[in-house]
Amino acid sequence: MNLKRIWVVFKARNAEFFRDRAAFGWNFAFPLLIIIGFGLMFDGREFKRFRVGIFPPAAIEHGASEALPPTFLKDRHVIVVPVVDREDGENRLSRHRIDLLVDGTSVSGAYWMNSSSPNSSLAEKVYLSSYMVGKTPPQRGVTSGPQIRYIDWLMPGILAMNMMFSALWGIGYVIVRYRKNGTLKRLKATPLTAFEYLTAQMLSRIFLIIFTLVVIWAGSDLIFDFHITGSPLLLLVVFILGGLNLCSIGLIFAARGTSEEFTSGILNFISWPMMFVSEVWFSLEGSSKLVQDFALLFPMTYLLRAARKVMNEAATLADIQGECLILAVTTLVFLVIGALLFSWNE
Amino acid sequence: MPPILEVRHLKKRYSSVEAVRDVSFSVSPGICFGLLGPNGAGKTTTLEIIEDITPASGGEVLYRGRARGRNFREEIGIQFQHTSLLNFLSVRETLETFASLFSKPADIDDISRRCDLVTIANQRNDRLSGGQGQRLTLALALINQPSLVFLDEPSTGLDPQSRRNLWSILRELKEEGRTLILTTHSMEEAEYLCDDIAIMDRGTIIASGSPRELIERHGGGSAIILPGHTPQGPLQGLNYSVRKNGADIVIHTDHVHQGLKELIDRHIALPGMSIHTANLEDVFLHLTGRELRE
Repeated sequence: MNLKRIWVVFKARNAEFFRDRAAFGWNFAFPLLIIIGFGLMFDGREFKRFRVGIFPPAAIEHGASEALPPTFLKDRHVIVVPVVDREDGENRLSRHRIDLLVDGTSVSGAYWMNSSSPNSSLAEKVYLSSYMVGKTPPQRGVTSGPQIRYIDWLMPGILAMNMMFSALWGIGYVIVRYRKNGTLKRLKATPLTAFEYLTAQMLSRIFLIIFTLVVIWAGSDLIFDFHITGSPLLLLVVFILGGLNLCSIGLIFAARGTSEEFTSGILNFISWPMMFVSEVWFSLEGSSKLVQDFALLFPMTYLLRAARKVMNEAATLADIQGECLILAVTTLVFLVIGALLFSWNE
Repeated sequence: MPPILEVRHLKKRYSSVEAVRDVSFSVSPGICFGLLGPNGAGKTTTLEIIEDITPASGGEVLYRGRARGRNFREEIGIQFQHTSLLNFLSVRETLETFASLFSKPADIDDISRRCDLVTIANQRNDRLSGGQGQRLTLALALINQPSLVFLDEPSTGLDPQSRRNLWSILRELKEEGRTLILTTHSMEEAEYLCDDIAIMDRGTIIASGSPRELIERHGGGSAIILPGHTPQGPLQGLNYSVRKNGADIVIHTDHVHQGLKELIDRHIALPGMSIHTANLEDVFLHLTGRELRE
């Protein structure tokens, strides 16, 4: 192994990344836009809210109604939507544009719900409970520990997703393209070995992934002020380990083949299920056991579990050793498979 | 002097196609060896097997009398027929990158001057013209000061000036004692550069020797060409092959001087007459036929 040759290829690959302005911008802009978008979408609206149509509009003046309980109208789960009349309201209700329709002039509090809508069913319960004022409610408690915002939960998922695309496409797709256009053949005509080349690709990609991650984290933190309850250094280690794992998967897809279309299809085939079942966007809590077991097949599940434990639950290395071990072992396995299958030409 | 390269019974099979069939030849050090042949003859495959880019299905390649070892890549230079380089790097950066991959690289400034890359040193290599790209890939083939240089159709796509420039660089390399092995479709190029030639067709070598030997052996002598309107009566009884070729009358002879003397003796008008001396193209067409190849 010649370190100088690894360094040269590492530098050249990094130069390509930083000079390809379109791809460079996209690598930073895409995750940042998602984080900002979701942050704005969920800002101050982390509770479930229901749209309740009330007719006629005159029944609610200045947010108050003579016929409806004030506790209902002021409930933070409720968004009042004035509608013209019952027909207009039922129309909206059937199209899921509102969750509940209430007659604002009805002394008996007449309402309509959409029996095919889970939201409508929940809104109905909120509405009915507002008529129970005065009765002794069940004893209520509020959790006193630190509460995790959705954006704090989501952030590792978005970063991991960006890492996954960057690793799989930045290695898998790029190496196949190089094989197809003859760049790999040109490199094979030098003393550079396959091991040196693949090592340089891995190191370059992990450097670029972590660089991107740090920039996106810093940029997003300015806007959302993320809370890391555990060690930031441990979180970085988890991301590096996860990045290496995803890169090694990329190497397997890069090992053979000269068809960019085929490789793209394969990469999509693996990345989309990984994105949806590895809890990037939502928790699998409550999902069927089959789905939860299926998620365990994907290394990104372990990356995200470890990252979220460190970020949100102040986990230590001992707490996430299982996830780290799985990531490390599968990285080695994927690397060996990728190196054994690798061909400069075919 | 022992050959720098020996190729013995080389074979290459791609599923049902036998691209190279029992090819053997040797190359002396310091010469330019040309591998000629029509499209699909197996030249590039043969070259890439020798370069250790493509594995052979059979046979062996000896470099300096031994199997190619780990140092083989340090001592050879390759210019492929089609090459893509790393994107977004300048010409100079590309040269520096490749130079760093070898243990004894050439001086970048020297190689840039030799291959006329100085003025485009800062240009990105994916924005080069065809000729500039060819000069860069030639420079990459020379970046490690190789003793054996492989050039696969190096002048394809070059304008006449660039081609002449390339030829003068290749002649300089030969004068420095480097061995060149090239494939080409240009018979002019082969005749100008090559000391030894092997003509391949359908995966096998059908003739080999120096250009002069090949011309003498397969060229069919010289020809006196007369305009078609020349009266044919006085031509009868000539001791040479006389035939009509399109609008011309072609008289084949190994002794042009004697032939001309006989024509003058028979009072045949010679205005419009031309003499064709056999060249490598005649040899090539004679050996490989005139039908179009894929």
